[in-house]
Amino acid sequence: MSSLPHSARVQAFQGDDPMMGLARQGPSGRVGTRGGDGGSGPTDGDEQRGRVSPKTDHLEPEALEDVVIRFAGDSGDGMQLVGDRFTDVSAAFGNDLATMPNFPAEIRAPAGTIAGVSSFQVHISDHDIVTPGDMPSVLVAMNPAALHANIAELEPGGTLLVNSDAFDERNLHKVGYQASPLEDGSLVAYRVIQVPMTSITLEAAKPLGVKPREAERSKNFFALGLLSWMYTRPIDPTVAWIEERFAKRETVLAANLAAFKAGYHFGETAELMENSYEVAPARLEPGRYRNITGNLALAYGLVAASQQSRLPLLYASYPITPASDILHELSKHKNFGVRTLQAEDEIAAIGVAIGAAFTGQLGVTATSGPGVDLKSEGMGLAISLELPLLIVDVQRGGPSTGLPTKTEQADLLLAMYGRHGEAPLPIVAARSPSHCFDAAFEAARIAIKYRTPVILLTDGYVANGAEPWLLPDVTALADISVPFASEPNHDGEFWPYLRDPETLARPWAIPGTPGLMHRIGGIEKEDGTGNVNYDPANHEHMVHVRAEKIARIARELPDVAVDDPDGASLLVLGWGSTWGAIQQGARQAREQGTNVATAHLMHLNPFPSNLGEVLARYERVLIPEMNLGQLSRLVRAEFLVDARTLSKVQGVPFRASEVEAAIEEMSR
Amino acid sequence: MSDDTSTATLSRKDFQSDQEIRWCPGCGDYSILAAVQLLLPDLGVKPENLVFVSGIGCAARFPYYMNVYGLHGIHGRAPAIATGVALARPDLDVWVIGGDGDMFSIGGNHLIHALRRNVNLTILMFNNQIYGLTKGQYSPTSEVGKVTKSSPFGSLDTPFNPISVTLGAEATFVARTHDLDRKHMVETFRRAHDHHGAAFVEVYQNCNVFNDGAFGAITNKEHRAEMLIELHDGEPIRFGADAELGVALNRFGECEIVTVADVGVDRLLVHDEHRGDPTLAFALSRLADRPTMPTPIGVFRDVARPTYEGEVQRQLVGAADRQGPGDLEALVGSGATWTVD
Ligand code: SF4
Repeated sequence: MSSLPHSARVQAFQGDDPMMGLARQGPSGRVGTRGGDGGSGPTDGDEQRGRVSPKTDHLEPEALEDVVIRFAGDSGDGMQLVGDRFTDVSAAFGNDLATMPNFPAEIRAPAGTIAGVSSFQVHISDHDIVTPGDMPSVLVAMNPAALHANIAELEPGGTLLVNSDAFDERNLHKVGYQASPLEDGSLVAYRVIQVPMTSITLEAAKPLGVKPREAERSKNFFALGLLSWMYTRPIDPTVAWIEERFAKRETVLAANLAAFKAGYHFGETAELMENSYEVAPARLEPGRYRNITGNLALAYGLVAASQQSRLPLLYASYPITPASDILHELSKHKNFGVRTLQAEDEIAAIGVAIGAAFTGQLGVTATSGPGVDLKSEGMGLAISLELPLLIVDVQRGGPSTGLPTKTEQADLLLAMYGRHGEAPLPIVAARSPSHCFDAAFEAARIAIKYRTPVILLTDGYVANGAEPWLLPDVTALADISVPFASEPNHDGEFWPYLRDPETLARPWAIPGTPGLMHRIGGIEKEDGTGNVNYDPANHEHMVHVRAEKIARIARELPDVAVDDPDGASLLVLGWGSTWGAIQQGARQAREQGTNVATAHLMHLNPFPSNLGEVLARYERVLIPEMNLGQLSRLVRAEFLVDARTLSKVQGVPFRASEVEAAIEEMSR
Repeated sequence: MSDDTSTATLSRKDFQSDQEIRWCPGCGDYSILAAVQLLLPDLGVKPENLVFVSGIGCAARFPYYMNVYGLHGIHGRAPAIATGVALARPDLDVWVIGGDGDMFSIGGNHLIHALRRNVNLTILMFNNQIYGLTKGQYSPTSEVGKVTKSSPFGSLDTPFNPISVTLGAEATFVARTHDLDRKHMVETFRRAHDHHGAAFVEVYQNCNVFNDGAFGAITNKEHRAEMLIELHDGEPIRFGADAELGVALNRFGECEIVTVADVGVDRLLVHDEHRGDPTLAFALSRLADRPTMPTPIGVFRDVARPTYEGEVQRQLVGAADRQGPGDLEALVGSGATWTVD
């Protein structure tokens, strides 16, 4: 761009207008070892308010170890889009990163209200990180509602970048601000940068002939451009991305591009800060990486399991937040022989998957908590039929509709016990976005080998969060295929419940196989023949056999690994998505000199064989869970261990500092 | 079963399983089972390629008595489970068996969606207008005022007309038959089986324990001529001992019974199974709202529409043609990637 349509404003901006509210403080983000003055933490903002540095040549970007940025705006403002984009650029740049989207359940809550605020947090780093960060050090607030909803979480001394155009009386009033927080001194703890993003965007788009109403919607790209400058993100990939993504809508493309560039140049020109910042690429394990969300990794894991089991994948599900993206993704991959069916309801979805399993395919259904309730009867049937089946539960806040877009881990006991009768099934949980690939593959492996339904637990946080993924060597993936029955197995007859003596799995004889015709159903059957049988002793035998089959899976599970560098007496045990916060919390505690051990469970049923022995080694056990203590109950019941729960049920993941504080507390 | 999979030598016995049949003596289900087992050897389908799926109820025990692949599922879900079977394996010949409670109450949703999708299923719904397995409560097809254990003062629920419902659900094949006419059953089931897509057959079935004689007024031999209106494609709709009665449209487009001598043959409705628009078939289904009035039987509708699994298959093949076979390595490495040395 040769000329900056907002140059006039930039001039004005550099005047002594106190309204600009520019309080310079230390850089936002953790200062690295390779530069920077290290000045961080809150300073007296009032004193510095309005002070703008004289125009000098820009200094070299200042190096930061990491930074946590949160984009927040109205749900119509496109915060997820620009957050994603910032993430992808950072990933390709080589940072380690983790993200946390947070959006309202309503597609378009009334504009400008707290209910309509959507945010996207991204943590980028020059070293290995495991969480999206506890508190952002940079908050982009596109309107008063976004400010109101997020300011409490901004790190003291952090940078607040606001779209000052949106702070008019109407918008302020909508969220109950009596006076503008930009003017009433309430933000002194932060470095406030006010930018009239809407008006600059409109001006940038004016020469392109874009209607103001349309151009106004590009302001998120202005914010992205500005952040791209602040954190020295390469701009070419984003320009190319905008051109591709909006290729079919010429004016939108032009407006977005103009806004993006205007934002970038604004940063360069406007002297908002002395310098920009740089977060160098992380020193990660060598290999090829991509950025991936949990739902995407899970979909890939299913495709991989289909290929490595040589079973076509049939995926049936009913749209539900936050699981629908798995259906969207798999429906694209028909060239892998993946059949997807959007069922009439949750019950049909599992029924369709069971039908597919009966015919010798990999039947999978995914849902979230409310759908699991409905699928209970289908799971019971699959347990009785002893067919492979995979049920994915992307957990969200409950009960009932609960918090559809927020995360929770409160379905563990539902997965464990949520069926009538004695109906055990294996449970596998994913600990991070990229781990969803491995967890899906493992869950499918168990289902196929043992001819049992398996529940795979993820949650809204890992499903929508993203992180770099060291691409797996797909040629090295295990062969998880099993043979179908092809011959009669009992005196010239075929007995559908004559079990493998090792695994107790029954033979899988699929329709189309001559001579093996058989009937199976949900009525209790005689072991061996599979004939309907109501005999008391047989029922008791079958209940025990079904339980034993699941229990025996533990024989081949790897031991749970314990990370205990210093011989601690406190063990933090976790499962699922709390992994990152636990790892980071433990790191921080160790940095403070506190000894602590960690262990994380991928298999929740059965538990790894050594879990009891591991628990017995520690004086104290702490289990952080986004529920009221569900794993704690299981562990207490199974191992008579006095495990303590660290509970959080706010629809958002643990902060590492919360885990750290609990560790310190229990170490006292 | 031997490994010999030629179908020419198959007989009824080849389709009978070794399981003891546990329906009440005299139940209409026996004659339906016999009709199916009589028909199957004729169809040229290998037993190992047949799959019978059912839900819960007396009728749903059906697969246990068939020497083919069978899945006795859960209440109401048979059409969904069968959809999975057919979608996964379009090479299989899939039948769904259930009763009026199974398919029109607890499983109503699955039935209508299997029909609208036009999954290649042969669906037999045994309508006995009662809950048999749970020992006699009114069903979604029971008449208003029916006194049962759960409706001592008479049921208040307006019943479904299964033919009307399925026509409304975009079914491509809809027919009705009854358990006292084996030949009619066999021919109707054959037509349903040969239909490419979802075929729905309502079978009036006598539950002699809890609802004996529910259809006697129309299905008993002595009443049939006057009370059953046999539909024949391309022919004027006539019935009665001397074909003296017929069906004509009134000025509202509704069907009504007429005396042929009064109106003349030309005014009779000529049955057309293949009309794309289901309006006339629907009008026929409304002729009788309970089995005590002259009731049409036979094929109401038989139209061609691509099957669901066929279209899914077409998309799979198309995708493989366009994109080549799936490459897992390329898939996981799609989008922006970067290398750390
Ligand atoms: S209860 Fe009725 S429908 Fe059920 S088996 Fe007995 S007679 Fe047949």
